[in-house]
Amino acid sequence: MIANYGYKDGSGDYFIAIDTDKCNGCKDCVVACPYHVLGVGPDENDPLSDEEVAFVTELERKKIKYTCAPCKPMKDRPPLPCMAACKQDAISHSW
Amino acid sequence: MITMGIDLGAKYIKVVILKDNKIISKTKVLAGFEVEKSAKEVVDKALKEAGIKRDDLGKVVSTGAGEKLAPFYDETKSIVGCDSLGAVYLHPNTRSVIDVGAEEGRGMRCDNTGKILDFEVNEKCAAGAGAFTEAMSRALEVKLEDLGALSLKATEEIPMNAQCTVFAESEVVTMVHNKISKANMAKAVHDAMASRITSMVRKIGFDKDVVLVGGVANNIGFVDSLNNDLGLKVVVPEDPEYVGALGAALAAAGWKGGK
Amino acid sequence: MEQETEFWRWTESRWTNPNLNWKGKVITSGVDVGSVSSQAVILADGELYSYSNMRTGSDSPDSAMKAINWAMEETGLTLDDLTYTVGTGYGRVNVPFSQRAITEIACHARGANFIYGPTVRTVLDMGGQDCKAIHCDERGKVTNFLMNDKCAAGTGRGMEVFADLLGISINDVGDLSLQVEKEPQPVSSTCVVYAKSEATGLLREGWPKNKVLAAYCSAMAHRIMTLLERIGVEKDFAITGGIAKNKGVVIRLEKEVGMPIMKTDYDTQIAGALGAALFAKALVDKGRK
Repeated sequence: MIANYGYKDGSGDYFIAIDTDKCNGCKDCVVACPYHVLGVGPDENDPLSDEEVAFVTELERKKIKYTCAPCKPMKDRPPLPCMAACKQDAISHSW
Repeated sequence: MITMGIDLGAKYIKVVILKDNKIISKTKVLAGFEVEKSAKEVVDKALKEAGIKRDDLGKVVSTGAGEKLAPFYDETKSIVGCDSLGAVYLHPNTRSVIDVGAEEGRGMRCDNTGKILDFEVNEKCAAGAGAFTEAMSRALEVKLEDLGALSLKATEEIPMNAQCTVFAESEVVTMVHNKISKANMAKAVHDAMASRITSMVRKIGFDKDVVLVGGVANNIGFVDSLNNDLGLKVVVPEDPEYVGALGAALAAAGWKGGK
Repeated sequence: MEQETEFWRWTESRWTNPNLNWKGKVITSGVDVGSVSSQAVILADGELYSYSNMRTGSDSPDSAMKAINWAMEETGLTLDDLTYTVGTGYGRVNVPFSQRAITEIACHARGANFIYGPTVRTVLDMGGQDCKAIHCDERGKVTNFLMNDKCAAGTGRGMEVFADLLGISINDVGDLSLQVEKEPQPVSSTCVVYAKSEATGLLREGWPKNKVLAAYCSAMAHRIMTLLERIGVEKDFAITGGIAKNKGVVIRLEKEVGMPIMKTDYDTQIAGALGAALFAKALVDKGRK
């Protein structure tokens, strides 16, 4: 499953996509994210499955444009910590 | 030389007239639905206040969302450029400027001549602009000009979940039902707005001194929340809503800082 | 004090399958407590038995109780007859008589699969405070989704703001917006706050209300299309939720998507609660194995 967490508002599209088929629930991204945007737990959109996967925490889903902003400076943007940490290549950002 | 700066913002149109780089008149008027008519009216008023005629003007620069709707102008200049120029003129140590207007929030970094190094704009979403506090003041049934002082009386920090102005209106109604004091709600409104502005500023990075301009800078509650969030004290010039128009008039005069 | 008219109210409804006797069957139920409306669906051995659809009240537990009681009205059913109940929607964790909470995303896909059949691949749910675009397989399992509940644009709430501004009942918005000779330019602002001032300007210019509504409905259709593009639109395409009843948006969206929207006699607002009831049935079956 591709889970797109985030939103679109008048100013643009802000989505973090997690490929739950690739995700192995290792929590490396949870540790890497400096702002506690990510979590790992049962896949709440696949209630009959027992596997744990990464997700964007409920609290952050409506404000990732703001929360993720410090990781996306205008100049000399380094790789995003969450994406760099994911060995499965399961995380992507839309902006 | 006499120059004029016109800033056609989303809500107010502001005009500043400079004579040898000294302010000789400052005027504003509500833009309303007939922007061109309002612009003509405020320009006439400014000329009258300065005691000069249109022919006395050396150069006129227009800026803001409606820059092309000014009754006359020689040049247009971006609002971020005008903001930083105006801020450096008023406060020479300015290196970062935050402008929160009625429909847009902007953050910029500049050098000692007011030249823009980097900027970020929060636009097309009311949650990051003055329209948010305005809607909240209506929902709270508190006058916009009283909202700031009210929030300074807050006793508790209450988080606001809604990130959209329309949803925040409903959230405020729920808070009223839950008997949360208006002061605490006003603070929640300003904290929410400040956190959005802060992250925009963090994205470009900021150096001391940070100057806050635009109409929302008059809101002491918002300023307080922003200071807490940024962990510093922003400088708010007198009449912060005129800084863009001032910068436009300075640009017209070819002013480059360092005075 | 002046009495304010609420133009956003839509019609509440309930239904019972007259050809079904629930006695001796496994009764499962799903309750969808949304921000604006709440629904309860009752299944007898996995078959649709009854449902209710009403406006959400002041708190979730109360709304859930009211919805289930209305669905059980005159059926002889009581809460004790419910073997398993799943809660879903915004207030899903606050359904007092439920055994489990499941997201609206999973429930809508499952519910749409029941309503429209296994060929459904794309489900758009336009709710009161959110908009969900879901891609699912032939069993109704989610394969790709996005949910926009941060911004009021493209949600029922955004439409209500417009209905209120124009003094038109939400039920009439769709039909009125279609009564234009030529399609006007869509409202350019996405943000509901700015779109509202844009509309005020258009009214001042002398635009009739239906033309303003047309401009807003087409802006909404366009916005929803851009959300759908993110997950990819694949046929068959179905719409659930409240705005599905707004022909002004649906007809325009159909044009943008370029494929027909599936038709149904079911009340599309029950899709979430129906999916929840189906999960309840699946969980009962799973437990028995």
